[in-house]
Amino acid sequence: MSETPMIRTVDLAQHFPIRKGLPGRPGAVVRAIDGVSIDIPRRQVVGLVGESGSGKSTFGRAVMALDPPTSGRVEFDGTDLSQLSRAALAPYRRRMQMVFQDPFSSLNPRMSVAETLGMPLRFREGGAGRSERRDRAAEMLEMVGLPRSYLDRFPHEFSGGQRQRIGIARALMTSPDFLMADEVVSALDVSVQAQVLNLFARLQREMELTMLFITHDLAVVGHVSDIVAVMYLGRIVEIAPTRALFSGPRHPYTEALLSAAPSPVPGGARKRIILEGDVPSPVNPPSGCPFRTRCPYAIAACAEDRPALAAVGPDHRSACIRTDLDLMPATGRRTEAALEGSPG
Amino acid sequence: MTERLRVQDLSVHFRSERREVQVVHDLSFTLEAGRTLALVGESGSGKSVTSLALMGLLPPPPQSRTTGSALLEGRDGADLLGIPESRRRRLRGDRIAMIFQEPLTSLNPVHSVGAQLVEAIRSHRSVSRRAAWDRAEELLDEVGIPEPAARLASFPHELSGGMRQRVMIAIALALEPDVLIADEPTTALDVTVQAQILDLLRRVQERTGMAMLFITHDFGVVADIAHRTVVMYAGRMVEAGPTEDILRRPLMPYTSGLMASVPLLETAGTGRSELATIDGFVPDPAAPPAGCAFHPRCAHNRPGRCDVPPIAVEAPAPDRSIRCARWRELAEEVR
Ligand SMILES: Nc1ncnc2c1ncn2[C@@H]1O[C@H](COP(=O)(O)OP(=O)(O)OP(=O)(O)O)[C@@H](O)[C@H]1O
Ligand SMILES: Nc1ncnc2c1ncn2[C@@H]1O[C@H](COP(=O)(O)OP(=O)(O)OP(=O)(O)O)[C@@H](O)[C@H]1O
Ligand code: SF4
Ligand SMILES: [Mg+2]
Ligand SMILES: [Mg+2]
Repeated sequence: MSETPMIRTVDLAQHFPIRKGLPGRPGAVVRAIDGVSIDIPRRQVVGLVGESGSGKSTFGRAVMALDPPTSGRVEFDGTDLSQLSRAALAPYRRRMQMVFQDPFSSLNPRMSVAETLGMPLRFREGGAGRSERRDRAAEMLEMVGLPRSYLDRFPHEFSGGQRQRIGIARALMTSPDFLMADEVVSALDVSVQAQVLNLFARLQREMELTMLFITHDLAVVGHVSDIVAVMYLGRIVEIAPTRALFSGPRHPYTEALLSAAPSPVPGGARKRIILEGDVPSPVNPPSGCPFRTRCPYAIAACAEDRPALAAVGPDHRSACIRTDLDLMPATGRRTEAALEGSPG
Repeated sequence: MTERLRVQDLSVHFRSERREVQVVHDLSFTLEAGRTLALVGESGSGKSVTSLALMGLLPPPPQSRTTGSALLEGRDGADLLGIPESRRRRLRGDRIAMIFQEPLTSLNPVHSVGAQLVEAIRSHRSVSRRAAWDRAEELLDEVGIPEPAARLASFPHELSGGMRQRVMIAIALALEPDVLIADEPTTALDVTVQAQILDLLRRVQERTGMAMLFITHDFGVVADIAHRTVVMYAGRMVEAGPTEDILRRPLMPYTSGLMASVPLLETAGTGRSELATIDGFVPDPAAPPAGCAFHPRCAHNRPGRCDVPPIAVEAPAPDRSIRCARWRELAEEVR
């Protein structure tokens, strides 16, 4: 793809100091994300999946230029955002918007929907007038499937699914090119989750949005994404077009995640890989491959160098030195050869 | 199969501002030794209230009112809903135990894990502190906590979410209960940790033969752990039967609607097809729709049939139940 990606991160790292250092000894840091280089191509949805604490939200915030990174950079439409002043950043900010798990929980309960939706337009150069903001708010409400009569209602009057639609409408007010969605369906019941996922799919198509969709739910990420990136301890361990990742994972952690995800498809009793132990602390990540302490295929060499995210197929990259493995796809059937090849 | 707990016509009312609201309606099911029954439904369907009622943990009357029976079988069998609280307290933890979604709220933050386990054991058994401590270590080992002897001295906040849930399970299993009620025990956990916990519960069940009531909103988890399933909607059982049958051939439109709305791993990346949705919302228990509580959201709703009470529970097969006015014709349409 020769087109400039909408988002490109280059060696992006975010480290949070958690203890003061002693003289001569550096303090402890949480390596929340540690050297992430990925592209989010235009008009594509990249899903970011990983377990709690893996660094997904930190990555999302860094991409949105909410926190200056410890090192590395974020390019938006070819421009390095870290080089821009606050003022120069402003027009970019309008082109990138975000939606959270419960966008209304952070909002003023005394503000009506019309006022809430109007906020992102108030400080635009020239400033949109009140009636212009209201018209746009009504248009966006209809876009997300809510009647314009909701304009004068207040947050507490809405269900979780309705609040999520309003959060999405708010993000769309400035006609962004890029949308970051962090766990937007995690708090919703499945029947409502389906409505919101369908809405995202429609909006993405109609408005030609580029999206970073963050979730810990593999089935959801598989449904919404064109490309899936798997994060473990602050690093991308695998990234591939969705179908390729689900049908032929190349990283043992992806395999374990897929096999652990419960599936309601009956009769498909899948072989389950039960990982041992917990995710290690991001303050003291293991040497070499971050996954080696839980990996069923680890060998001595895994402790030595940090495996590079290397090409293993078309647009498919994985950070594992055991390229000899034939791993189990999401459907849980693996070839005989692979079973013989795996130690333990 | 040995019955462990037979729940009959369980109903729960809450009192709010002068009026009573019924949130669980005539629920009946049986828990069998060595088997797991899943209670599945969306938020607010009455799953937690059901489990709290069985444990005797609802607010006392007149704030709540529980009717029906829950017969605990075997040695000193009793109707959990009919006995005085003092007697129920003796059974709780001993014969029937419960684990919750968020272990932090049910573990005591100021006591070590070991102290809490010892307390759980000694409150029901007259054993020495020493013996209880040894048993506590054994239990931590059984639930897969590394270095159990050292972990006994840990406090809950020093443990990861998965470890805390293991400690909760250890406490619940301390006295080898006949019945374990697990209310969304893995909902707050990561999938790889969830897989560990489900595996653990299954292994313990195989060894001890305990009966399990497993509450969840996730059909994937249901498929994984439950032998039988009860689907709840607005406080009522709407469908029940062997899990495999329900997943293969749901008869109630709510069940099939829920199942169709879940994205599947198996079809990931095959193009963003529309997910099936269920319009509308779960009804407010203070103003339940007449007839089938699902009718305002149901695509098969027939005025005059679905919106008039009562909708009887029928048995499409000896081991299945359904509460739907049109299940028979709908099943034929599918064929
Ligand atoms: N401001 C901060 N200060 C210190 N540590 C932080 C800060 N923000 C995040 N962290 C740590 O960085 C790591 C990554 O956190 P992050 O919130 O990005 O994870 P996540 O993948 O979004 O997790 P979840 O699925 O639970 O939302 C965690 O160990 C977290 O505790
Ligand atoms: N102490 C209480 N007083 C009054 N109403 C209550 C009380 N506890 C629960 N309810 C109501 O009873 C209904 C059922 O609640 P319950 O907690 O059993 O739902 P649930 O199926 O467990 O949902 P979730 O999936 O969200 O945990 C809800 O309408 C709830 O508001
Ligand atoms: S590099 Fe080694 S330890 Fe890491 S995931 Fe691959 S096989 Fe496992
Ligand atoms: Mg997060
Ligand atoms: Mg509940």
